[in-house]
Amino acid sequence: MSEGAPVRIAVGFAALLAVAAICRAEPTRADDTTNLSITLKDHQFEPAELHAPAGKPIAIHVKNLNPIVSEFESGDLHFEKIVPVGTEAVVYVRPLQPGRYNFYDDFHHATQGYLVVP
Amino acid sequence: MLAALLIVFREVFEAGLIVGIIMAVTAGVPGRGLWVSAGVAAGVIGACVVALFTGGLSQLFGGSGQEVFNAGILSFAVIMLTWHNVWMARHGRELAAELKAAGEAVVAGSKSLAALAVVVAIAVLREGSEVVLFLYGVAAAQGGASWGMAFGGCIGLVLGSLVCLATYLGLVTIPTRYLFGVTSTLIAFLAAGLAAQAIAFLQQAAIVTSLDETVWDTSWLLSDSSLLGRALHTLIGYVDQPTAMQLIVYAATLATIVVLMKLFSASPRHRPQAA
Repeated sequence: MSEGAPVRIAVGFAALLAVAAICRAEPTRADDTTNLSITLKDHQFEPAELHAPAGKPIAIHVKNLNPIVSEFESGDLHFEKIVPVGTEAVVYVRPLQPGRYNFYDDFHHATQGYLVVP
Repeated sequence: MLAALLIVFREVFEAGLIVGIIMAVTAGVPGRGLWVSAGVAAGVIGACVVALFTGGLSQLFGGSGQEVFNAGILSFAVIMLTWHNVWMARHGRELAAELKAAGEAVVAGSKSLAALAVVVAIAVLREGSEVVLFLYGVAAAQGGASWGMAFGGCIGLVLGSLVCLATYLGLVTIPTRYLFGVTSTLIAFLAAGLAAQAIAFLQQAAIVTSLDETVWDTSWLLSDSSLLGRALHTLIGYVDQPTAMQLIVYAATLATIVVLMKLFSASPRHRPQAA
């Protein structure tokens, strides 16, 4: 009897994943994505302020030129991503309302930057 | 030193909440100490391995390897927690009622313990890999580990472990007849929160893009980066600006667990014969 439980649960989750996949079937990552680039160097963001239009998805490409690993993170923008030394990572941000959004290096809190949406 | 203390504390605190709950859930089950310890040990080893391969991991899935990996292990933890709750709904009563058949129950109970040990391992792995990366990064920048860093890390570890202990001690003061209900509820919310977190990672990677509008914003009331916000985030999946998709997945996971528990606890009299 109990042997059936994991199978049924697995089937349930497979169904959930299928739903997620169907939801995804709409045109993915629309072409109106704003691509932004930022560099981490000497524990500073360069540039320290990014600009993007409101209401459009955003991709932030971050390159880590610090000698140590960083965690590119933002509570405002809902992302957290480890960026190993010398690599480039990308995070996707959902369309935003106008505002000034903070991001930082979670392994080095003095490193702060902003995304400004006019 | 302070940075090491804060980071280590934060991560151990988050993993500790989960380990504390699981210790309380398994209170009185023989052999649980071994299983939980094994889970922690596996998590620590896993954290080191993940930290070691972070560079390679990041490059997978078109640069979204970390997100896919996180979403994957979180989903696995959700399945394990669900299975545990369903299993307990079915066998919990027998387990409590028939101490005579303890030997049998232990053998059967260890299946559920294994599922929970996996959850412990995943929690420790997730938080631990950040600690390893951070400490390694600091050590590399300094040209070697320092006493200050080791000291800070140790204090962080001790303080974080105290949270784990407090969670456990707090939960086991609940009278036994309510404990099952309380822990089942906690596990259900924990699972729903982890499922929503998995979706958040897929959204961050732009793998899931639909229903990504923010439904409400309670960051003015309780920011999810504050300590209480983080604790609630770990425990029940609190997010100050959830997306519609996160809420749907949260509710669907919760509903799935409740329905499965009802379904499988339908025949309390039923007693499977050992073949």
